[in-house]
Amino acid sequence: MPDFIAQWLNQNDIFTAMTIMEYWDGLVTTVHLVFLSLVIGLVVAVPLAIMRTVRNPLVSGPVWLYTYLFRGTPLLIQLYIIYYGLAQIEGIQETFWWEIFREPFYPALLAFTLNTAAYTTEIIRGAIVSTPHGEIEAAKAYGMNWFLRMRRIVLPSAARRAVQAYSNEVIFMLHASAIASVVTIVDLTGAARNIYSRFYAPFDAFLFVALLYMLLTFALVFAFRKLENHLLKHQRPLSS
Amino acid sequence: MKNLIFAASCALAMIAGGVQAQERDLRIAFDVPYEPFEYKDDNGELTGFEVELAEAMCEEMNANCEFVIQAWDGMIPGLLARKFDLIMSSMSITPERAERVLFSEPYYNTPGGWFGPESFSTDVTDMDAMKGKTVGVQRGTTMDTYVTENMGGIVTIKRYTTADDMVLDLEGQRLDVVFVDYPVGEQTVLSKEGFKEVAEPVKLGEGVGVAMRKRDKDLAEEVNAALATLKEDGTYDTIMKKYFAYDIKM
Repeated sequence: MPDFIAQWLNQNDIFTAMTIMEYWDGLVTTVHLVFLSLVIGLVVAVPLAIMRTVRNPLVSGPVWLYTYLFRGTPLLIQLYIIYYGLAQIEGIQETFWWEIFREPFYPALLAFTLNTAAYTTEIIRGAIVSTPHGEIEAAKAYGMNWFLRMRRIVLPSAARRAVQAYSNEVIFMLHASAIASVVTIVDLTGAARNIYSRFYAPFDAFLFVALLYMLLTFALVFAFRKLENHLLKHQRPLSS
Repeated sequence: MKNLIFAASCALAMIAGGVQAQERDLRIAFDVPYEPFEYKDDNGELTGFEVELAEAMCEEMNANCEFVIQAWDGMIPGLLARKFDLIMSSMSITPERAERVLFSEPYYNTPGGWFGPESFSTDVTDMDAMKGKTVGVQRGTTMDTYVTENMGGIVTIKRYTTADDMVLDLEGQRLDVVFVDYPVGEQTVLSKEGFKEVAEPVKLGEGVGVAMRKRDKDLAEEVNAALATLKEDGTYDTIMKKYFAYDIKM
């Protein structure tokens, strides 16, 4: 470690090696939780979005209800219901479900996944229905069936339109994950709250954690810009 | 004119008080309700452990006491603005407060209590037996500090913002045992069926003291002397036993 950092660390009471480790563990938990919920959420959202665009209300209706419920209620309430609500079910402590829901991690992961999947479903659905008619007609003219049309034409072009809106959803999800600390998960915010309550130094504890969230956000923004550049290469004007 | 008469009579009263030198006027502030320390009974009379202790203290100091109701957030400002002379409203002694007010010797300290389900039979002081158990505490309390310092790394510590959330998780069997301020645990955990106190209460922190203005050093000495007498002659114990089943004496 460079000398000046060591010196600075020695001069303050709060940012000792121990609290830095707490922040680090919090960072790992936050990234773990957000990454898993986003990946699972995206995998679930693609088929749901396709179902949502189907004309048959028996197929699209349940998906509509699901996105309506999860977008219509705050994530905090969903987390409370899943974490505290499930524990109140008579006898759940004796079933194998309790192995999963005893610790706060899986209830939080479930709440976050269901929430982000609902938003992502709507983002992708919007991109699918805005596919230019000409592209679909051309695909039909080539004799492509529905499945091939989806795979080759609709989904790739929808992905290009969805990526900007989806990058917002990813950043919102990262910030929304701060509420995991209310169900005793020691994520970044949880670590900050513990350190705050130990030293009664709100500025130091929370400004530092805000900085960490900001760094994560910048990393995400950077990654999405690269992805957009890659996906939307064909739309760029020819450079002189 | 009225003000002048009032001022004159006040001055007279002060001179008279100075001459007699036994009856001094003291105003003592409480924040109600905070059962069982200070609250209003069914007849609207102010009562509680600290109120009775204050009455006994005033008698001991031969003072003429008036009780004032003051909301908690205006407590120290009200004292400094001379709206009253003493605070006896469960104010814990902390270094931050001690910079602004003068504290007497502590007169009580509620212990931390261990509460758990009926089936809990582990000795909480046996670190080998406690290994891997999950303990709930309220974040930033003296109980949190105690568990973190003495059992960190041995037990899993879960920190909660409110006691209600913690009790929910104790009921839901996510926690093996909780360590909370005894009166809080008594009201929340013990009031539910199937839960008990699983170990002896533990004394923590510096306790609660009478707060006064910094310049009132003579008054502080009198208060300390009176409290010491009450603690020795059994008056304190009599009052304490009326309100508590456990020892809060300091």
